[in-house]
Amino acid sequence: MSTTTDEKTYHGLTHDQIESFGAELDAIRQRVIADLGQADRDYLLNILKWQRGLEITGRALFYLPPAWPIAVGALSVSKILDNMEIGHNVMHGQYDWMGDPDLNSRMFDWDTVCPGEQWKYSHNYIHHTYTNILGKDRDIGYGILRMDPDQKWNPYYLGNPVYAFLLMVFFEWGVALHDLEVEEIVAGRRTWKDTKHLHRGLIRKIRGQVLKDYLLFPALTGPLFPLTFLGNATANLVRNIWAFNIIFCGHFPAGVASFSEEETGINEGTETQGMWYLRQLLGSANIAGGKLFHVMSGNLSHQIEHHLFPDIPARRYPEIAEEVREICERYGLPYNTGPLHKQLFSVAKKICRLALPGGQPKEADVTGVAPAHPLAA
Amino acid sequence: MSIVADATGRVLRSRLAAALTAPHGVDRYLELIDPMLAAHEVRARVVEITPETPGVATLTLQPTSTWRGHQAGQHVLVGADLPASAKRTTRAFSISSAASAPGERFTLTIRAHEEGQLSKFLVHEARPGQLLHLSQAQGDFVLTESPATPTNHRLLLITGGSGITPAMSMLRTLLRDGYDGHVGRKVTFLHFARSAEDQIFADELAAIADADNGVDVHLHHGDSLFSEFLLRRLVPDFRTTDTWLCGPPGLVELVTDAFGDSPRLRMEFFKPATARVGRGSDAVEGEVSFARSGVTTTNNGASLLEQAEAAGLKPDFGCRMGICFSCTARKTSGTVRNVLTGEESAAPDEDIRICVTTPAGDCHIDL
Ligand SMILES: Cc1cc2nc3c(=O)[nH]c(=O)nc-3n(C[C@H](O)[C@H](O)[C@H](O)COP(=O)(O)OP(=O)(O)OC[C@H]3O[C@@H](n4cnc5c(N)ncnc54)[C@H](O)[C@@H]3O)c2cc1C
Ligand code: FES
Repeated sequence: MSTTTDEKTYHGLTHDQIESFGAELDAIRQRVIADLGQADRDYLLNILKWQRGLEITGRALFYLPPAWPIAVGALSVSKILDNMEIGHNVMHGQYDWMGDPDLNSRMFDWDTVCPGEQWKYSHNYIHHTYTNILGKDRDIGYGILRMDPDQKWNPYYLGNPVYAFLLMVFFEWGVALHDLEVEEIVAGRRTWKDTKHLHRGLIRKIRGQVLKDYLLFPALTGPLFPLTFLGNATANLVRNIWAFNIIFCGHFPAGVASFSEEETGINEGTETQGMWYLRQLLGSANIAGGKLFHVMSGNLSHQIEHHLFPDIPARRYPEIAEEVREICERYGLPYNTGPLHKQLFSVAKKICRLALPGGQPKEADVTGVAPAHPLAA
Repeated sequence: MSIVADATGRVLRSRLAAALTAPHGVDRYLELIDPMLAAHEVRARVVEITPETPGVATLTLQPTSTWRGHQAGQHVLVGADLPASAKRTTRAFSISSAASAPGERFTLTIRAHEEGQLSKFLVHEARPGQLLHLSQAQGDFVLTESPATPTNHRLLLITGGSGITPAMSMLRTLLRDGYDGHVGRKVTFLHFARSAEDQIFADELAAIADADNGVDVHLHHGDSLFSEFLLRRLVPDFRTTDTWLCGPPGLVELVTDAFGDSPRLRMEFFKPATARVGRGSDAVEGEVSFARSGVTTTNNGASLLEQAEAAGLKPDFGCRMGICFSCTARKTSGTVRNVLTGEESAAPDEDIRICVTTPAGDCHIDL
């Protein structure tokens, strides 16, 4: 261990500073976990009630053609709540402590074509463990986009804005196919056979979702089939656009750092808890907004807090955020946040800029002094 | 059940209903209307709470129509969302009433343990109207005989304390269904309680003892402990008599010694033996057994994941730091400590993340 406290080693902090930074975050974690109880439970059950109520309302209103826009609105909101504040968070194990099998990370599945089982691997494990490590975190550009200047440019990336638009429109499908690593198959580094274990689950889930939204519910409205079909498709689209934007604003605005495998020490197992926290902080960004906005984004508007504490109920992130921000200020660390329009613009700019060769490397204020090997000091 | 209810049930359990409510399922929507409506799950309302002895109460439960009934001697898993912690706590309780039909009411007779979470709540705090989550009845500690299948086998029921419940269900079932002892098959009911005040179902047992029904009731209180001598006097050929035993560890030990390796003795445990050791200490001790692979190792204080790997197993894992839940496994018994929170837990049958959990004494993992 290093003992020279003024030696800059990793992202502008000394090892001792990183470890005490980590200890402060650990303390927040302990405190919140000890405090979990009835209020958290009631909150989740209440959101569930809203979500299901809106879903039933939406589906029922399709029988009343003039109410079509309201029906679509209700169903869209229901799908957004189901995916974000409920599905994403429950499948992170945030409510496992309640011991309720229906709201347990192992049992829950969400209303999208992506099987919860597969998402938990690619998201909870790969993305949350290797956050923003190039070559490891497959969420950087989802294997389709160039989202980091360190991704080598080639002419394919001229289509970056178009791919991003398509990914937004078909987001749930992109997420569902994420685990197949189709881009690896196209590149010949992986064969179709390597993904065989995923096919059954994927097909079952896709069949269920398609059957429900595009056949059964429309059929149940009889002559209104086309309207209901269109309504369901629109609700899925609205949810896709919303989810895509919230998630991209959480990871790709200007100022978010990416990492190389070497500098994190992840392969050697030399990344400490403090370094891990620091990487999560530097690799995420928040979106400022009101209470309703946070609920509708599944509190992923608090992406920083979510990445620091992925298994703490998301409704706690706003209260945690104040402290995290204060800690960051004391350690001279950036805390990337801004209103939706600012973050959106920043992401869009990056998508367009990186369609072309080059692009700005990691921001100086984030990475601090160029890191030596973390534990070499 | 009426024809209408029957048809409704069939619709709710149909593939169409499942497809329309995927991936959440019909029950997630029905519970919004009324928790007692269910297509697949089993829930129950407490309709009556009757005190039996100090600290023991009988709860009468009205289950949802999904309840498939029970055989005498079976138990049910009961889950309640405890108000103090907002956590669902699940424990097993034997059913004390006679065998039930689908949808029919049944009773649980529960002793409140001083430091117990669920038993104390159910006996002292629960009120009629309380909602409980249930499993279907389970367990093979069941009465195989019935008046419908008369044999001239003698039956022997040996119980202690609250272990009386499954035997009581058997006895009640026999008597309700017309058993009168006149086919030559005698029933011996041998029970041990701490004192006469602690005797559960005292009046009913007295009435059964008095009636002309071929049931011998022997109640022992206080210092009158079980002995082979006592048993031999009551049932000379006990080793070849079908016997059901349920009670505290001390009683179980004495009775199993007396029966030797007789296959006629069947037992039910209310408390797994391994849950009693290794509580609340920091010492590294005990054995870890991985049930599915049949491997047992000496606890070395490392995480369960590391110990499993050291033993040559390959459990699933992801981050190895408690965030991805890839390594979740079921602990069937024993005390473990969560290294992230320092929290100790001795609850049986709970899901734990083995990468951030160390055993505190003996423990059994389903791996
Ligand atoms: C198949 C089966 C059938 C059962 N049937 C009945 C029944 O009909 N009636 C009934 O009252 N109980 C029955 N039990 C026991 C019951 O499941 C619980 O273990 C008991 O009620 C205590 O639960 P708790 O949540 O209150 O205590 P917990 O919170 O689990 O434990 C608190 C403390 O009590 C101790 N403790 C837990 N259980 C027992 C026990 N059984 N004996 C002694 N100490 C214990 C623990 O070691 C701990 O110190 C049955 C158990 C099994 C496995
Ligand atoms: S491996 Fe991640 S929780 Fe255990």
